[in-house]
Amino acid sequence: MDDILNLGLVAATLGASWRLATPLIFAALGEVFAERAGVLNIGIEGMMLTGAFTGFAAAFASGSVPLGLLAGILGGMAIGLVFAVFTVTVKANQIVVGAAINLLGMGLTAFLFRTFYVSTGLGVEIAQPIAIPFLSDLPVIGAALFRQNAIVYATIPLTFLVWVVLFRTSFGLTLRAVGEHPKSVAVVGRSVAAYRYGAILIGAAFAGLGGAFLTLGHSNQFVENITSGRGFIALAVVVFARWSPVGAFFVALLFGLFYAVQLQLQAQPQLGVPYQLFQALPYVMTIIVLVLVRSRRGAPKMLGVAYDG
Amino acid sequence: MTAVPLAGADGLAARNSRRLASLVRAIVLPAAAVVIALACGALLLYATGFDGAALFRVMLVDSFADTRSIGETLLKAIPLILIGAGLCVAFRCGIWNIGAEGQLYAGAIAATLVGTSLHGLPPALHITLVIIAGALAGAFWAGIAGALRVAFGASEIVTTIMLNYVALFLTSWLVTGPMKDAGAAYPQSARLAREAWMPRIIPETRLHLGILVALALAGLLYVFLFRMGAGYRVRVVGTSADAARYAGMNVGRNMLLAICISGAMAGLAGAFEVAGVTRRLYQSISPGYGFEGIAVALLAGNNPLGAIASGGLFAALRSGSELLQINEQVPQVLVQVIQGIVILLVVAFGVLGARLRLRR
Repeated sequence: MDDILNLGLVAATLGASWRLATPLIFAALGEVFAERAGVLNIGIEGMMLTGAFTGFAAAFASGSVPLGLLAGILGGMAIGLVFAVFTVTVKANQIVVGAAINLLGMGLTAFLFRTFYVSTGLGVEIAQPIAIPFLSDLPVIGAALFRQNAIVYATIPLTFLVWVVLFRTSFGLTLRAVGEHPKSVAVVGRSVAAYRYGAILIGAAFAGLGGAFLTLGHSNQFVENITSGRGFIALAVVVFARWSPVGAFFVALLFGLFYAVQLQLQAQPQLGVPYQLFQALPYVMTIIVLVLVRSRRGAPKMLGVAYDG
Repeated sequence: MTAVPLAGADGLAARNSRRLASLVRAIVLPAAAVVIALACGALLLYATGFDGAALFRVMLVDSFADTRSIGETLLKAIPLILIGAGLCVAFRCGIWNIGAEGQLYAGAIAATLVGTSLHGLPPALHITLVIIAGALAGAFWAGIAGALRVAFGASEIVTTIMLNYVALFLTSWLVTGPMKDAGAAYPQSARLAREAWMPRIIPETRLHLGILVALALAGLLYVFLFRMGAGYRVRVVGTSADAARYAGMNVGRNMLLAICISGAMAGLAGAFEVAGVTRRLYQSISPGYGFEGIAVALLAGNNPLGAIASGGLFAALRSGSELLQINEQVPQVLVQVIQGIVILLVVAFGVLGARLRLRR
């Protein structure tokens, strides 16, 4: 038991939390964008999977992590465009379209992976950890927290960027108005549909990046269903964060902690608890979080409602 | 008792044209969606170096080629019809139960417990107990998400999906731990008592009595939804929770009822899989029937009777995709891509059809 209370282990767990939170942070930031514009995107899981696959495929072909990340973003946006066409232009039910996007993302990536890559069994080169000067020399936490790869560090400036765009630019103001009171946006001559397209595509880009992190910054391989529900957990993160990007960052970190603790506990067979119980932890915590956050205060008024203008 | 005494030829013609229109909406549009989705699948095969035409041949011809193939297709239709018909009720109530997969596993676990722990009962009794256990467990698993939605406003979309994962981990633990067959190398439960096996109904196939149960229950749910007061209330809640509340209906109770019905149907599907097909509990007892059921319900326009047709169709797609994998080495997950496209097209046609009607 001494091992569990060891200070170094605590620091390592914190470092792992940040790393494991990274895909959730990106996915949740993307979902904040979409939901602030009134679009409930339950298809993030499929968008993340697509990004994970296209990112892997591009890095596999080129040997370049940045190119892979770019391909992940573009892959997420490509399937995000399908979501946007069906929800905004066709005005179909957002939940149903999201479910279809998840099936498409799962099916397409698994199909292409089995067809082209499964027999190769090869991985790709992944983003290497970068030690931050001074900070990484701090005792105990330094090495654990500040020797991450660049994608993990990027969560901080990107969270800040999303906050700035949403709350300090006129684009963000209009985008939020689209989620609260779309008529007022239409009245001043702006296109509600265009803003929703923008919000969905930006959200999908984040989801694709989150997925690509899994194959290019976490493991070095694509595995079928590699996201294993992270896209859905991100939905709960956004609710708990009350649709705030900064909140989403910290709530996602909390979930990263659940993942990290779960992994630590799995490595402790002497506890005599079946590992499946620990595996279920992030999913059970998601349910508990949703129960704890009782009110939907802060939710955009037009969330999930197609705009008929 | 026809209720249109005053309608002359004009009224009759109008009624016929309305009937024709609703027939188009219920059959022609879904059929078009399936054909287009299959064409997309064939294109994908062609683009990735497979034989695209094989898709149509295998899915629409080979899955019905002989008794064995038909039997296997109908066998797969059992869980799809059950789950699809059940989800029609939940979706009509505006409850997005995405957790049929987990509810299927909950049913399979309970059915296995009852099927392996009792011995020497008359088969009819033992089978009935297994079925009831499965349905109750499925209803319970769905009821968790329903209760959390009603009591705390927790989104059932997220909670049902999370409960899918929990059910999978639970199954994995049970078949590697407490329920593991002591003699087996592979994680699996002990075999169900012979009295608990679903009787097979066509020689040389694995098709079991569950197909008749599935058909009967789909019919029953149709009657429930469209011919009974309780089903009417479920639908009103789905159309407008505010209107239902205003009319004095208990919105929460109706939601709970609807999600539990869908869960019971999924649990039943799980019970049939262990009692009728595998005879044991495995980690991967379902190839995703719970998710496929969503497509079945949507293609059926959330009508339980329609779920019989769409369930049969998706079963054919699934056995076809198995044949494709065996004969042409096409990864079987292709079927998910086709399902995704079918769902997209069905909702798109639905919306576009409604808009056309408005304009007229």
